[in-house]
Amino acid sequence: MSTEVAEVKEVKKSEPLFSKKNRKLVSNPLDIDNPITVQVLGICSALAVTTQMKPAFTMAVSLVVVLIASSMVISALRNTIPSRIRIVVQLAVIATFVILVDQVLKAFVYDISKQLSVFVGLIITNCIVMGRLEAFSMGNKIGPSFMDALGNGLGYGIILMIVAFFRELLGSGALFGFKIFDAVGLTYPGNGLMLLPAGACIVVGVIIWVQRSLNGYREG
Amino acid sequence: MRQSNLYIVLYAAALTVVCGGLLALASEGLKDRQQANIALEQKKNILGTVMVVDKNTNVEEEYAKKVKSFVIDSKGNVIEGVNAADVVVLAEYKKPADQRMLPVYEIRSESNPDKIDFVVLPVFGFGLWDNIWGFVALQEDMNTIQGVSFQHKAETPGLGARIDSKDIQDRYKGKSIYDGATLVAVTMMKGEGVDYSDDLHKVDGMSGATLTAKGVNTMLSGYLSLYENYLKKVKAGSASAKAEEAVEEPVAEETETESSDETK
Repeated sequence: MSTEVAEVKEVKKSEPLFSKKNRKLVSNPLDIDNPITVQVLGICSALAVTTQMKPAFTMAVSLVVVLIASSMVISALRNTIPSRIRIVVQLAVIATFVILVDQVLKAFVYDISKQLSVFVGLIITNCIVMGRLEAFSMGNKIGPSFMDALGNGLGYGIILMIVAFFRELLGSGALFGFKIFDAVGLTYPGNGLMLLPAGACIVVGVIIWVQRSLNGYREG
Repeated sequence: MRQSNLYIVLYAAALTVVCGGLLALASEGLKDRQQANIALEQKKNILGTVMVVDKNTNVEEEYAKKVKSFVIDSKGNVIEGVNAADVVVLAEYKKPADQRMLPVYEIRSESNPDKIDFVVLPVFGFGLWDNIWGFVALQEDMNTIQGVSFQHKAETPGLGARIDSKDIQDRYKGKSIYDGATLVAVTMMKGEGVDYSDDLHKVDGMSGATLTAKGVNTMLSGYLSLYENYLKKVKAGSASAKAEEAVEEPVAEETETESSDETK
């Protein structure tokens, strides 16, 4: 498990948001520094919410929103936060955003919030959010923090969608609730193993295998 | 960075006030919308047991036109002055079985408002992880199930969570809750893919969600038995028409304690 952190040195004020260095903050987590497959963070929710694509998608979007918002807030406050209670401060900020998101969803898109409400708690305790705040936002300006949060959120979301794709397809023969196999006239009984957390472990394992054989990543 | 204790305490206090204030503001500001959503959802679920509710259905209008609701006690008598919409089934579920207030939703026939087409009864129970609830619509004979609607709070997606899908709920259509004169409800069996179409009291199970199915079974038998006295009255033709007068009628009391052990 690598916990390396790209400690970006304080960028100069003139540096544009989409400079090469900043773009790397977004692209790295998508592949060679992926939070799930490389850093092995946020695994718990990757196993829990990926039986179907719809909740996985909602979860991914919510996580990106929460991660970006809390990252920017923590980055803005970073010079005022007392180091001895910084974890508590981070957690309070994350929890506030998660609950705000949930409240807004409940009021405006009730159907989606019914799907999501189960997973809200999971976002608060998601290691990726805490990890990025502690490792990046505490030491970097708002711009790079935003990019870093976006990259890690998307890196998480992509893996979630891939896992959910295979689990829903193989587990219940559907995608986004649409019965694929029935539509093309095949009967598919569904593989119960894919619906259990063990199925997610297998899919994540295969993704890690494929990814590492493609980019030649080696542990240690 | 080294700060004094005072700074830390003040910082923590300020953070608490700001976060707490934000949340309180959001909660207060959005409360009306949220509650309206929840109420609408409930109406949708009630209507959904007897008719097809889709995007084009004007739920509020249909509900106002068709549904008449009131609250009864476990003896089947109408409790006056209580609005069914104000009864929180979760709160009632925690009370002993014979003290619960039980909402009833009657679906009136469109052509003849005095005729009851269906009776929709709320049910409430516990699945594998958290609460499950729903509505059961009975046909005129107070025996045949017209349709059911189940909701859940936190059942496993793809497994137990399937109880809120049409696919599962349709399995209950046409089943009977009475075997002769005994209330047996409908049991969801273990295992999936078995044809129970010739058995009026069994439905096909959900693969991988036997514990949720058990919760559904307990919920159905427990809650339907609470309504048994009322159902008897309706069958005898003495209830709904005279419901407003809250007729006192000696009713057999043998069913009252049946489900009290589930309340814990």
